[in-house]
Amino acid sequence: MPRRLLRDRQIVDDDWRYAAEATTDPAADATGPLIVTLSQWQTEPNTWRARAGRLGVLLSPAHKIELLAPDLAHFALIAAEFPGPGDGRGYSQGRLLRERWNFKGELRATGHVRRDQLFFMARCGFNSFELPDAELEDAAAALSTFSLAYQPSNDLGLAFRLRPDTPATA
Amino acid sequence: MYRYDLTDKTLVRERVAQFRDQTQRYLAGRLSEDEFRHLRLRNGLYIQRHAPMLRVAIPYGLLSSAQLRTLAGIARRYDRGYGHFTTRQNIQYNWPKLEEVPDILAELAEVEMHAIQTSGNRIRNVTSDHLAGITPHELEDPRPWCEIIRQWSTFHPEFTYLPRKFKIAVTGSPQDRAASLVHDVGVHIVRGPNGDLGFEILAGGGLGRTPILGQVVREFLPRQYLLSYLEAILRVYNLEGRRDNLTKARIKILVRSLGIEEFKKRVEAEWQLLRETGPRVDDAQVARMRAFFDPPAYRALPDVEPDAGKEAGFRAWYRYNTAAHKVGGYRAVFVSLKKPDVPPGDATDAQMELIAHLADRYSFGEVRVTHTQNLLLADVEQGKCYELWQALKGAGLATPNIGTLTDMICCPGLDFCSLANAGSIDVAKLINERFDDYDYIYDLGELDVKMSGCMNACGHHHVGNIGILGVDKGGEEWYQITIGGAAGADASLGSVIGPSVAKTQVPDTIARLLDVYVEHRQPEERFLDTVRRLGLQPFKERVYASPLAA
Repeated sequence: MPRRLLRDRQIVDDDWRYAAEATTDPAADATGPLIVTLSQWQTEPNTWRARAGRLGVLLSPAHKIELLAPDLAHFALIAAEFPGPGDGRGYSQGRLLRERWNFKGELRATGHVRRDQLFFMARCGFNSFELPDAELEDAAAALSTFSLAYQPSNDLGLAFRLRPDTPATA
Repeated sequence: MYRYDLTDKTLVRERVAQFRDQTQRYLAGRLSEDEFRHLRLRNGLYIQRHAPMLRVAIPYGLLSSAQLRTLAGIARRYDRGYGHFTTRQNIQYNWPKLEEVPDILAELAEVEMHAIQTSGNRIRNVTSDHLAGITPHELEDPRPWCEIIRQWSTFHPEFTYLPRKFKIAVTGSPQDRAASLVHDVGVHIVRGPNGDLGFEILAGGGLGRTPILGQVVREFLPRQYLLSYLEAILRVYNLEGRRDNLTKARIKILVRSLGIEEFKKRVEAEWQLLRETGPRVDDAQVARMRAFFDPPAYRALPDVEPDAGKEAGFRAWYRYNTAAHKVGGYRAVFVSLKKPDVPPGDATDAQMELIAHLADRYSFGEVRVTHTQNLLLADVEQGKCYELWQALKGAGLATPNIGTLTDMICCPGLDFCSLANAGSIDVAKLINERFDDYDYIYDLGELDVKMSGCMNACGHHHVGNIGILGVDKGGEEWYQITIGGAAGADASLGSVIGPSVAKTQVPDTIARLLDVYVEHRQPEERFLDTVRRLGLQPFKERVYASPLAA
């Protein structure tokens, strides 16, 4: 059964496969969208470049975005791993990828991803989320937990400045 | 003071709804204990020894009388009739019921208050000088900047899961009354080379297991860059701070392990990339924010001497419990929460309501919380001080001890806190019983005694002139004593005098330390100065020369 995830507020079947996941489908194996780890990429960049089909890369929290930056054009997807509920490095990685390196592809949160984090992840530039199936149905709503924010950010598409004034009452 | 607009109101209401939903999911078994822990800690809710403890944010210690009445009502209806004011200018309730917390938050939201980010590994409530805006030597009122930082840091998406908690203090005066050197980041308003006001930024201060004083990372930051610079510091910390060991995760450990020069270099490099794209505070926004903190409508009054010809009790109170005001005819009045038989920092619902009433009557309806766990009525006419004193005295709120030995800072300790190794409140009580002679206490002059029930140092013991730390020795409560600490602009960390002492020996230990001071002090010399001049030795010798009285 394919993995389901939340992408651009829609629950969809995942069309991507991690390199560590086996497949019996020869077409997927040869040309299907594939996510390699950063070290796989760094070990054999030419092999992956030569492969037909879209390529994604999986980052762990300790990876420095600067190391990946020159290669960003090769990736249609970047997945950042959140190893546990308390590790927030991926939030900085997300912002750096979107704001400093102008990454326009799919930015995916994987690992320990729960609905209560989605609002913040989205504001750091993530647009797809691998959640436990039980949380998927409610997850889109969690993206709208707050209708406003003090910090203009990626998902609201505002220029960076302190928030604009709003009236004292509705 | 700052008043919420639609953005603020919407956010706190949506937060209440979010937390109600999270609590219901937990109570229904749909969130695990651990998952819920991560969520409740974003909202100041700890599970403590007896019950949940709820910490409510009081941004930079400023309250309206209406807010204080709400805090009193919460104490009465959801708790056991009191609240505890903390060293970070917040209030804690020790006995709320978990299922009622969403209702408490809803009541708080109605008076523009919340418990957002009062715990957990994120940017905490920003603290400041309790004399902000009224102290004579201030360069600029720091509170507009505190409010700017409050808004920027609230739900900041990037810094929501930091390696460890992160505390910021802002001061605008050469005297540091916010303990900014023991904060993760200290922001000092200073005058730059061109005469413009901007900021000196310190980082890497903190107490806890490894006390370290903050160091300067930038001597002068132009004001419009405050938030982008903070963002650069936080980003370096978020990406590089240790996450493998909870006790080594504060920014102070990162600063120490990199060295201040390397840390500075990394922050500067990050900031250079952020300064033009990061959040920028323009003059119009500062002006708008500043307007919220415009001085109240002071009357033109002459300076008077309200204590002339009055009884000794009032004169002592006026001398110790009031402070100079930059406006003629006015005085700042401390409401002492250090009555000898009451846990330091506690106030009952009735006391809070009385103080709210007195604030309306005498101080433009505002109350401040000091980091020394007292309250302050900032703008009182000198000529009204006598009647205010009478009202406070009748409620046990006029103990004339501000800045003296019995104005102790004290954490909740073993009685309430699940982290504590030893009691604090009962030690404060023992000290109060031993030192009840006000002539002696006044003769000792300025003296900071600070007490923590464990290494986490919520009572700031490292920076007490006399610090008392509760330790567990084979299941018994013992106390390690330090001297020579200070929290102000001349901050220093205290030195341990020797082996820890039993609970009942703490008062005699302090008495001996004070004897050495009284015998050796020079004219006008404070206890702290004498310790700095003489060093540890004479104090240490006296304490351990003969068995301590229990």
